[in-house]
Amino acid sequence: MEHKNMNNLKISAKEQPLFAIMEIVQRHQAEQGPAIPILQDIQSAFGYVSPQMLERASEFSGIPVSELYSIVTFYAQFRMEPIGENLIQVCHGTACHLAGAEKITESLQFETKASAGGTSPDGKFSLEKVACLGCCSLAPVITLNEETNGRLTPDKIKKIVKETRKLSAKNAEAMGVCTDA
Amino acid sequence: MPEPEYRVKVGLATCGIAGGAAKVYARFQDALKGSAVSLERTGCIGMCYNEPLVEVLEAGGKRYLYGKLTPDDALRIVEEHLKQGRPVIDLLLLGEGCTPGEETFLDKQKRILLKNCGLIDPENIESYTAIGGYEGLRAALTAMTPGEVIEEIRRSGLRGRGGAGFPTHTKWRLTREAAGVQKYIICNADEGDPGAFMDRSILESDTHSVLEGMLIAGYAIGASAGYVYIRAEYPLAIRRLKLAISQAEASGFLGERILGSDFSFKVFIREGAGAFVCGEETALLMSIEGKRGMPRFRPPFPAQKGLFGSPTSINNVETLANVPRIMHQGAEAYSSLGTEESKGTKVFALAGKIRRGGLIEIPMGTTINKIVFEIGGGISTGKPFKAVQTGGPSGGCIPASLGDTPVDYESLKKIGAIMGSGGLLVMDEETCMVDVAKYFLTFTKDESCGKCTFCRAGTNQMHKILERITQGEGREEDVQILVDLAEKIKSGSLCGLGQTAPNPVLTTIQFFRDEYEAHVREKYCPAKKCKALIEYKIDRDSCTGCTLCARQCPTGAISGTKKEAHSIQLSACIRCGLCINSCKFEAILISSNPKVKA
Repeated sequence: MEHKNMNNLKISAKEQPLFAIMEIVQRHQAEQGPAIPILQDIQSAFGYVSPQMLERASEFSGIPVSELYSIVTFYAQFRMEPIGENLIQVCHGTACHLAGAEKITESLQFETKASAGGTSPDGKFSLEKVACLGCCSLAPVITLNEETNGRLTPDKIKKIVKETRKLSAKNAEAMGVCTDA
Repeated sequence: MPEPEYRVKVGLATCGIAGGAAKVYARFQDALKGSAVSLERTGCIGMCYNEPLVEVLEAGGKRYLYGKLTPDDALRIVEEHLKQGRPVIDLLLLGEGCTPGEETFLDKQKRILLKNCGLIDPENIESYTAIGGYEGLRAALTAMTPGEVIEEIRRSGLRGRGGAGFPTHTKWRLTREAAGVQKYIICNADEGDPGAFMDRSILESDTHSVLEGMLIAGYAIGASAGYVYIRAEYPLAIRRLKLAISQAEASGFLGERILGSDFSFKVFIREGAGAFVCGEETALLMSIEGKRGMPRFRPPFPAQKGLFGSPTSINNVETLANVPRIMHQGAEAYSSLGTEESKGTKVFALAGKIRRGGLIEIPMGTTINKIVFEIGGGISTGKPFKAVQTGGPSGGCIPASLGDTPVDYESLKKIGAIMGSGGLLVMDEETCMVDVAKYFLTFTKDESCGKCTFCRAGTNQMHKILERITQGEGREEDVQILVDLAEKIKSGSLCGLGQTAPNPVLTTIQFFRDEYEAHVREKYCPAKKCKALIEYKIDRDSCTGCTLCARQCPTGAISGTKKEAHSIQLSACIRCGLCINSCKFEAILISSNPKVKA
């Protein structure tokens, strides 16, 4: 249910960015200390927070742009660049580190052609290293678009990336988008 | 309604889902359509190493626990157990007919706090009230004054479970006594320590108990509102918390004039935006106020001047989840467990190189050896046990030789480690202690907020030195510099992050100095982990020329013809280990790198 709402918001946000930001600010305006929830909602609507969005949010909320900028650059959650079609977060918690998170990151980089913290040239994958996803007994762990996958090996990574590529090609086809792949 | 003949409970917390439990649940749902079997969801059963877990309860009271299930196994359980009444023995972990062994994981524990986890449906408030949920709140509101609630908590001996172990009743009393009309209670669910997932599991599996704890705390200190500050990385916990809040409101446990008393209380959720330092209480306050999470001076303590300038008590998830139990069962029952100074139980997230990793709960004072060998079943790799790490980036490494140390606040402090929030990482011979220290410093240097120079610059310097040691470029004086820097960072930092960041380095130097010296003097990594100090070689006698490794190698460093021994071109090898994983004949060996001169 919640997911569906988010998707609806996504579409309206992309079509009507100004309106979407205004609506988000209004939703949180009555709260004390609303800056972070506002920015979080903007990111979940657009996938990232651009300098232009900060300016709009500042106009509507009255919070200085500098303050919003200071928050976005302080907290790891915020991205200032758009992300690829699929977001992969690689857990680098202690248990995953011991279980070979580095190898998992390396094989993901190899398979997706995205660098850690970057997006692949074809725009299909973004790769992020994160602190701990809290699934230590299933280390090493990644999340693919919020779905957690555990007990990984480089082999399984290969399979996951392949399947994701297939799925995203299928989705693109279903939406009638021409792909050159 | 008659009791169903069978109830099937699927563990659907994040680790279960990561292990594939959602697919197992869906398969049960399909297969049980139209049947009288009651299919239920529950939280974390604790045996994370056996996920996905499913429990079958028979009307007669018999219980069967199945583990490591695939969707197809679910069909077998439906066909054989639920339809024909024959438990599927080969999938069985616990219950009549199972192979003995697994029961020690649970039998050696003392599950008070985790009692409901894996038993109730966290998304259903009736499932919680049916086993005495919200009775602690009712007892407090109808029969006790706030002062009496605080006294009860004092007698229980409850101390903060976030790591520092500050007495909970003192925090509450100070907040209660502070002047101010508006007061707040904050539930700190910003579980940032890598390797710790106790709070996530409790929030996902027994959500209402945390809310109930917040309500009792709110009543005790005279607060009318509470915030849960929770990591955004825990989407399932957030979703269940939102659901629990709306259910509690609908049932009259939350809102205006709760249970007919004069006490009114609201709960808000704030999602953390990914900053480790926000687990520190003053940084957490800044974050809720919508600013950069940077710690400030204390005093004034949050109990006097906290959130939005009002008196605030900040308590950890596990601390709050203990509160309803104490109110419901009484302080004596609680304080009868544990040691003189550390009462009750502690939940640990047991992970690392351990056979049975998962969520465990033990009485305070249980020894490390008992946790590792009796509950955890020993080392997963079969290699010798080397150390445990408690307290994450703020804690220390405890060597196997100190395995008799009881786990309580004082004993751990004495040997340079800390209780911490509950991460317990087990390490074997293959773990390089210098690499572990470097790992934690990589984390703390990135997470330092930058306010205090020693923390900001000092952790970076320490990391640089550790980096150079693992690269084989360590200098004789490096270990001493690390110790000096550590002392300065500890005394020159404002908050817990900086004050404890050097602990992993200090304890590894204290207990594993020889490993540092081997890296520095002999350019040798005893655990064969540090990439610059090792090289890969193919054993020509064992290699069958199956070509699997050559196909796996990302840099094309392996060459050879089919059915003939292969070889590795060392200049191209990045020592990623993909070839070792792929080799079925153990033909790829690691040796010290002769090029790095001692």
